[in-house]
Amino acid sequence: MATEAHAAEGATGYIIHHLTPLTVGEGFWALNLDTLFFSAVLGGLFVWFFKRAAEQATSGVPGLVQNFAEMLIEFVDNQVKDSFHGKNDLIAPLALTIFCWVFMWNFMDLFPVDILPLIGSVMGIEYLRVVPSTDLNATFAMSISVFGLIIFYSIKIKGPWGFAKELMFQPFGPWLLPFNLLLKLVEEIAKPISLALRLFGNLYAGELIFILIALLPWYLQPVLSFPWAIFHILIITLQAFIFMVLTIVYLGMAHEDH
Amino acid sequence: MSINATLIGQMITFALLVWFTMKYIWPPLFDSLEQRKKKIADGLAAAEKGQESMHLAEKKAKGVLKIAKEQSAEIVNLAQKRANEVVEASKDLAKKEGERLILVAKSQIEQEKQQAKEVLRKEVAVLALRAAEQILSAEIDKTKHQDILSKISNQLAG
Repeated sequence: MATEAHAAEGATGYIIHHLTPLTVGEGFWALNLDTLFFSAVLGGLFVWFFKRAAEQATSGVPGLVQNFAEMLIEFVDNQVKDSFHGKNDLIAPLALTIFCWVFMWNFMDLFPVDILPLIGSVMGIEYLRVVPSTDLNATFAMSISVFGLIIFYSIKIKGPWGFAKELMFQPFGPWLLPFNLLLKLVEEIAKPISLALRLFGNLYAGELIFILIALLPWYLQPVLSFPWAIFHILIITLQAFIFMVLTIVYLGMAHEDH
Repeated sequence: MSINATLIGQMITFALLVWFTMKYIWPPLFDSLEQRKKKIADGLAAAEKGQESMHLAEKKAKGVLKIAKEQSAEIVNLAQKRANEVVEASKDLAKKEGERLILVAKSQIEQEKQQAKEVLRKEVAVLALRAAEQILSAEIDKTKHQDILSKISNQLAG
């Protein structure tokens, strides 16, 4: 993509430029610095905010920061209680982290598409893609981690044999074992892939539309980008919420022993 | 759009964030929430209890008031009765005293009457004697008729 961006000019060049990550290294060992940087900064922000709330936490009248943090905690806790019936101290913090982090990734989408790359270019950075969730690496990193947890808890709760039995004998009984296995494997593998691609697809498309709007004449831009941004507020929250809820549901399924 | 080592970096960041959240963020905030819930529940329970005890106290107060009213009514009744009695008694006393006074007065009057009678009798005797003396002095020898004279004077005096 990087080579194409150098070649193409005009609208195509602009779009490709905006969607090209800042990369160092070659092949698999290349690193998308912008994704790593922005997600780490946003993660740091999330941790800083909640750490502050946690330090001030009192059971008395909460301050503004604590109030907001507690609102989120309560919201996440309700989701976990609704869909997860086992006992696990990891699920709720995991869900909170996912929700907040993904939301903040997505929120980067609401910054005007040119501002941060412009600042970057002033500082000598040629490519800058500011929305981590438009990078498949970010979404897959999260969904694969969740997938790892699903496998881990499936084996931990049901035992290796129990998990294997579930893979082989369900849903159609032992006589259709290969078919069961295939179905189950597809089902399991579809989880991380759908999680990652759903988030990526929504945000990538959203960002692309912002970029397209940015190509229009200036007097048309507000008319289009304003409603799209408002609609996007819904989308970014919804995507973060879906990622979180599905994680809880998947892990809840991993905890259910048949 | 290619998968590369960013994936690994992101996974590490993610793991760190989840670990941090689980260790330092979730527990204190969740605890404070639970504690507040408990506090509020306790407060509500205490309020309910307070209300209940207030109702109880009100009921009790009403009972006490009723008893007090009954008692005071009884006391007033008793007092009235006692006052009546006292009035009756004093009336009796006064009547008796009056009667006694009348009796005393009557007897005094009687006494005085007797005394007056006595005095009068004596005076009448003296006068009679004198009259008799004067009448008799002309005719009777005093020494001769001394016995008769003293008899009469004694009868008059008696």
